[in-house]
Amino acid sequence: MCDTCGCNVTHGNAHLLQPGGKLERTDSGHESVSVLRNLLAENDHTAGHNRQHFDRHGVLAINLMSSPGSGKTALLEATIDALGKELAIAVIEGDLETENDAERIRRHGVKAIQITTGSACHLDAHMVHDALHRLDLGQLDIVFIENVGNLVCPASFDLGQHHNVTLLSVPEGDDKPAKYPVMFRSADLVLLSKSDLLPVLDDFQPSNARRHLQALASSAPIIEISSKTGAGMDAWLHWLLEETAALEHRIGAIDPTTATSMPAP
Amino acid sequence: MHELAVCQALIEQVKLVAHEQHAHRVVEINIDIGPLSGVEAQLLEQAFSIASAGTVADGARLISKTTPVRVNCRSCGQVTDALPTRLICANCGDWQTRVVSGDELLLTTVEVSRNIPTETPPGITEH
Repeated sequence: MCDTCGCNVTHGNAHLLQPGGKLERTDSGHESVSVLRNLLAENDHTAGHNRQHFDRHGVLAINLMSSPGSGKTALLEATIDALGKELAIAVIEGDLETENDAERIRRHGVKAIQITTGSACHLDAHMVHDALHRLDLGQLDIVFIENVGNLVCPASFDLGQHHNVTLLSVPEGDDKPAKYPVMFRSADLVLLSKSDLLPVLDDFQPSNARRHLQALASSAPIIEISSKTGAGMDAWLHWLLEETAALEHRIGAIDPTTATSMPAP
Repeated sequence: MHELAVCQALIEQVKLVAHEQHAHRVVEINIDIGPLSGVEAQLLEQAFSIASAGTVADGARLISKTTPVRVNCRSCGQVTDALPTRLICANCGDWQTRVVSGDELLLTTVEVSRNIPTETPPGITEH
């Protein structure tokens, strides 16, 4: 949904765009001004700006979202160990408090920027924009944004990422997509994390998670994955490499000069 | 609760509208909220009284309209009503649909009162 192409005009508000609808006097003598603007337009504007930054440097930006404790940081550690030599990776970490996750990431030899949100339950595009000023995008291939662990609030804020990846860990239960439709509807890829626990927690049926996702009209692929045993890592790394290549192709198709790394002026 | 952040963004937009319209007071704010927007109207209304305090929107009525969830089926082309957790085509049962209504988070109208000398609020000096 945006404010420029008219896709925010629905059956319910189209009348406001009719002649005379822009500014009308009400019965009480006040004036009614038609606005029709997304409440988060300011955030979305900055998100678009972030996305331009990523695109200009051919950097794939992934927004990782999930409940707290579903294994986002462990997944990133395993991903860096597997791809760190092949691709230049950096991580933006969002947490209410502490640098713990950023320190874990740094121990794997990649740059990590910690955003501590205080009491805010989500990252927004402005916070990510500030963090981007501390990264040299010209030297990077992938930026992972590890959002605040929360299945509700982060779903409403575009950060400028190319893809949303949502983790659903096995101990959480297979009906999470039905309980948190806004979050799971926004996912471009769903990772069923801690899959090594499936034999123990046998009430979690991956087929149920898939069924709940389909009920949300989601065609996001699902990968069962365990950062601990390495099961499913190949499929996840393959997806990342494919998306990195697709981004390069897309950027190259728009402007071939951006395919070469140019230093910022 | 991200509704406070959403509410602050709402008030910034309302302040801008009031400024453009040379309004001294905002009387009513109308918003459309879809069940799939991820924002709870009730929490937004609670946040509004806090976030609007001391602004031009202080004391304004915030009226939120819940938009219906409707999907357009990629298979049969019909637009039908749906539930937030079940975005399936009601006509043919296909799950490959596109949401056409129900994810809005939209400021629709702002009702303002323009400057009238007798209603000049305290703190504003007219020259």
